Amino acid sequence: MIKTDILIIGAGPTGLFTVFEAGLLKLKCHLIDALAQPGGQCSELYPKKPIYDIPGFPEVLAGDLVDNLMKQIEPFQPGFTLGERAEDIEKLEDGTFIVTTNKGTKHHANAVAIAGGLGSFEPRKPQIDGLEAYEDHGVAYMIKDPEVYRNQKVVIAGGGDSALDWSIFLADVASEVTLVHRRKEFRGALDSVEKVQDLVKEGKINLITPAEVTDVNGDGKVASVTVTIHDEAKRIQEIECDAFVPLFGLSPKLGPIANWGLEIEKNAIKVDNTLDYQTNIPGIYAIGDVNTYPGKLKLILCGFHEATLMCQSVYQRMFPNKKYVLKYTTVGGIDGFDGSRKEAEKAVIKTIDA
Amino acid sequence: MDQDINITIIDRDGTEHAVQAPTDMNMNLMEVCKAYELPVQAVCGGMAMCATCQVYIKSDHDLGDRNLDEEAMLWEALHVEDNSRLGCQIPITSDLEGLIVELAPEQ
Repeated sequence: MIKTDILIIGAGPTGLFTVFEAGLLKLKCHLIDALAQPGGQCSELYPKKPIYDIPGFPEVLAGDLVDNLMKQIEPFQPGFTLGERAEDIEKLEDGTFIVTTNKGTKHHANAVAIAGGLGSFEPRKPQIDGLEAYEDHGVAYMIKDPEVYRNQKVVIAGGGDSALDWSIFLADVASEVTLVHRRKEFRGALDSVEKVQDLVKEGKINLITPAEVTDVNGDGKVASVTVTIHDEAKRIQEIECDAFVPLFGLSPKLGPIANWGLEIEKNAIKVDNTLDYQTNIPGIYAIGDVNTYPGKLKLILCGFHEATLMCQSVYQRMFPNKKYVLKYTTVGGIDGFDGSRKEAEKAVIKTIDA
Repeated sequence: MDQDINITIIDRDGTEHAVQAPTDMNMNLMEVCKAYELPVQAVCGGMAMCATCQVYIKSDHDLGDRNLDEEAMLWEALHVEDNSRLGCQIPITSDLEGLIVELAPEQ
């Protein structure tokens, strides 16, 4: 069981900055995120896009903002449960919570901060009749362990970075790699596109474009896929394979959080914006893009503000008899949980001889 | 001030919404949908990276070619037809007076 003061669901910019504000109050944080890396949308969707409305940064790349936040919170030693989705929540008699992920990891926390953005990113599935029946029997929408495909015949579908990168990687692992894409053009990093081109020439990747996988065949497990080629003849080709991996990107879903008994309005969690961004369940807060209240703006800078006020509320909830005095970091510095200390350089008092 | 234009947006239940869109506020079609609280998620916020604002153009307005980002996103999206466009890539201009669009099914 992982124990923490604030359990943050979602490791996007708002979730990450929460660790900093909590740390100033000596509260420990742990984050859960369905993605394999921190940063949320900023890392997954647009790491190379510039953001212009982060106060103090005339221009910052989304990926750099995440790197900076990770550096900023490092002294407060946040814990991470990555690649897992928060599934169940249980409120104990003492008002604390146990949150369990889809993989069974349990977290015990005094307060829960949902910073889930638009929800957890789930793979986009192609529309093929009966596809679900083959899931875990040769069909996968994400590659977690490429070794699974050693010496297998693999068909990958998709035209983005992940389809290109995995085709390249599996060319040396699988016995046969076929890449199917609706278009002749691919959208990815230039070197990935060129590398696939080389591997196709070397005969290590079997490329079929413009085409689409329209059927999956097999008795209980994948034995072949049917590929429809988008030429004038609309030829149909059957490819024997052990695995079919469609990589069509990720789309966000609010997911299991929607069933936690929280008040929800238009896919967002209603919170009290007059005070602390608490939900209708005391001890559960929602901050950043996932919440809604009159006048809500889905901006990173608003998420930072919400996180800051929320931490104050959690502090008072945990220590109702303590009086908290606001300390500026310029005055108090930062004491990390790792023993590090950052503070302003002291001015000296010294005579200047004329 | 420029005149607002009239646009008809057909939602996923088939209901027609007649809306007025300003041409002088640097808005796009996705933002117009959001402003009228029509069910467009706009996950990526307008970067042509999610296709949740996909619409079908039902009138014969000439919107020009899809830009490169839009085109690439529509290769990967679902329910794509020849008249599919991403609302976030369509700026509201006076040429669009009388435009009729239908929201594509959710991704």
